[in-house]
Amino acid sequence: MARIAGVDLPRNKRGVIGLTYIFGIGRTTSTSILEKAGISEDKRVKDWTEEDVVKIRRIINDEFKVEGQLRSEVQLSIKRLMDIGCYRGLRHRKGLPVRGQRTRTNARTRKGRKKTVANKKKVTK
Amino acid sequence: MARSLKKGPFIDPKLERKVLRLNEGGTKRLVKTWARRSMISPDFVGHTVAVHNGNKFIPVYVTENMVGHKLGEFSPTRTFRGHAGNRKDAKKR
Repeated sequence: MARIAGVDLPRNKRGVIGLTYIFGIGRTTSTSILEKAGISEDKRVKDWTEEDVVKIRRIINDEFKVEGQLRSEVQLSIKRLMDIGCYRGLRHRKGLPVRGQRTRTNARTRKGRKKTVANKKKVTK
Repeated sequence: MARSLKKGPFIDPKLERKVLRLNEGGTKRLVKTWARRSMISPDFVGHTVAVHNGNKFIPVYVTENMVGHKLGEFSPTRTFRGHAGNRKDAKKR
């Protein structure tokens, strides 16, 4: 079983797709890694030889930041934004969209599940 | 879209001149400005800039981390006072 950067890769998928299961590697990075290692994109993960795996591992180690390291970097950048008190940081603090999207509707990814607010009572005479 | 690199960062010329003059004299005082669109250059570090938010000037103490941001990012233009009936939020203000 191919275990790269602490992630088990799906065995029956094509190499390019398999690598994208690692956090920080998408299609573009995946393609370039395989090209560099001289492995066909279409080779299934289970068909990789031990050398293939070592090659891939080395390339990822040397050139890319993945998984935990990358996650902590992202967290640090967000923390920096929050600490300097800029607009983007404030949006992160409040859990609202950061890049100027509308919040009147949608924005559920940031705001989480809908919280229904009880109707305001009508003024009675 | 990001700004073209060819042009370089935009730093309000007048504000920059003012800050540089302060740096020369080694003095520090509040610099009022409306130039929210101006990038914070490394020269600004340590100064306090009062950035207009459309209503009043918000004093911003510039630290090293802020270099590369725009002044306006540190001077919010909207005040959110919470929704009606949301007692907890309303009290905070």
